[in-house]
Amino acid sequence: MATFFKLVLLVKDTLISQVVSLWKVFMHLFVETDTVQYPEQQPHMFSRWRGRIILTRDPDGEERCVACNLCAVACPVDCIALQKTETEEGRWYPDFFRINFSRCIMCGFCEEACPTNAIQLTPDFEMAEYKRQDMVWEKEDLLINGTGKYHETNFYRIAGKAIPGKDKGEARNELPPVDTRSLLP
Amino acid sequence: MTWEIGSGLSIGAILLVVIVTAAMLIWVERRLLGFWQDRLGPNRVGPFGLLQVVADMIKIFTKEDWIPPFADRFSFVLAPTIIMIVILMSFSVIPFAPGLGVVDSNVGILFVLAMASLGAYSVMLGGLASDNKYALLGSLRAAAQMVSYEVFMGVSLLGVVALAGSFNLREIVIAQEGGWYVIPQFVGFVIFLIAGIAESHRLPFDIPEAEQEICAGYHTEYSGMKFGMFFVGEYLGLVLISSLITVLFFGGWNGPALLPPIVWFSAKAFFFIAFFILLRAAIPRPRYDQLMSYGWLFLLPLSLVNLLVTGAVILMQI
Repeated sequence: MATFFKLVLLVKDTLISQVVSLWKVFMHLFVETDTVQYPEQQPHMFSRWRGRIILTRDPDGEERCVACNLCAVACPVDCIALQKTETEEGRWYPDFFRINFSRCIMCGFCEEACPTNAIQLTPDFEMAEYKRQDMVWEKEDLLINGTGKYHETNFYRIAGKAIPGKDKGEARNELPPVDTRSLLP
Repeated sequence: MTWEIGSGLSIGAILLVVIVTAAMLIWVERRLLGFWQDRLGPNRVGPFGLLQVVADMIKIFTKEDWIPPFADRFSFVLAPTIIMIVILMSFSVIPFAPGLGVVDSNVGILFVLAMASLGAYSVMLGGLASDNKYALLGSLRAAAQMVSYEVFMGVSLLGVVALAGSFNLREIVIAQEGGWYVIPQFVGFVIFLIAGIAESHRLPFDIPEAEQEICAGYHTEYSGMKFGMFFVGEYLGLVLISSLITVLFFGGWNGPALLPPIVWFSAKAFFFIAFFILLRAAIPRPRYDQLMSYGWLFLLPLSLVNLLVTGAVILMQI
């Protein structure tokens, strides 16, 4: 008999909590759903999202990439391949620049490694393809006409290397080169 | 061909409507669960996702129907058919509307209870024939649960039988024209509701097929349409329990005359189907020993007391 009364108390307590939880769950019928109906309705993407990789140009409209290979070294899955070449004036640029997006894990290490802010990750994530070969993007596919996320960076205007139109000592914040001969007493 | 009890037309119509309803419940349940979990549920295939059921059917019919080599072939094939047949047989005594039904049986309630007991064989055979430890555990649990809950499922109905003075479900509905039995038999209604969930092993009493504990329980080894029959059988059981609650406690087809009786019946039955789905969305599963002690130590004495009080009140009124 004592067991029965103990059970009655237990049932009373649990029953009340069950009814309350039933009511609370029922009221969720009138709560707006969290679902984003994706193809028709685009989810809000944050500007720091690590998505499709691009190659950007500097404010002068030239390629930012100097083919230093740091991104390819940093890449943990080795999905970046590039070959350095240079113009007649001595400006370095990649002969080819290839990213295999079927390998890429969107870790963003390449962006962190890049000394010239050339390689950047964008919030675009819609990269599905029907053929595996289409996942390999060449430089023409990656290169955009703008500066991407970082508008100021302009490597050749800061670096001391001489290019046409900018001689030694003419870079931003750069002092004229020391004339070693004039130091003679 | 006429619309009368037992005519070929009404048998065919009832069979069709019941099976289509059970199949559509797959969609209804997923949609309702979605809404209660702040999601949308399947809404892509067809208007409001209604054709999801068709897609599911195509999928399940074209799936490989595999019988494991270590299984006992005969019982393995037999088990899923039992539950379908048994529950569809139970629908034959349900009075859907005046003059609409399959048989007008004098022992309607007993027939339903007997068929529900046979349903336990489906689960037990399915688990035993699979020769799989999870299936065996599931069928052990199912056997214990169904045997213990059938006892007071029957006892809880005796109050209704005593009030109506008949085992005939049609006469029970007619006897409720003055007032639904849920008011004098509220305790019986609650006990029958709980026993009904355990009987159709729906959540929160889906202990025989508890996915998180024992894989899928007794239908672990089933695939293709055999699994589909267990699945549809479960939904048929849900429809059956909802119809029984409607008939026994909520006045069956009775209702204001502005709608036809069949609409009242369907509306009440659907209300309880939705309530069972809400139970699934809200209540966690009890432990196995809790379920057994709850049944034997609390619900069985309570249903006996309920029967005693009901009998005493009826005798005093005479």
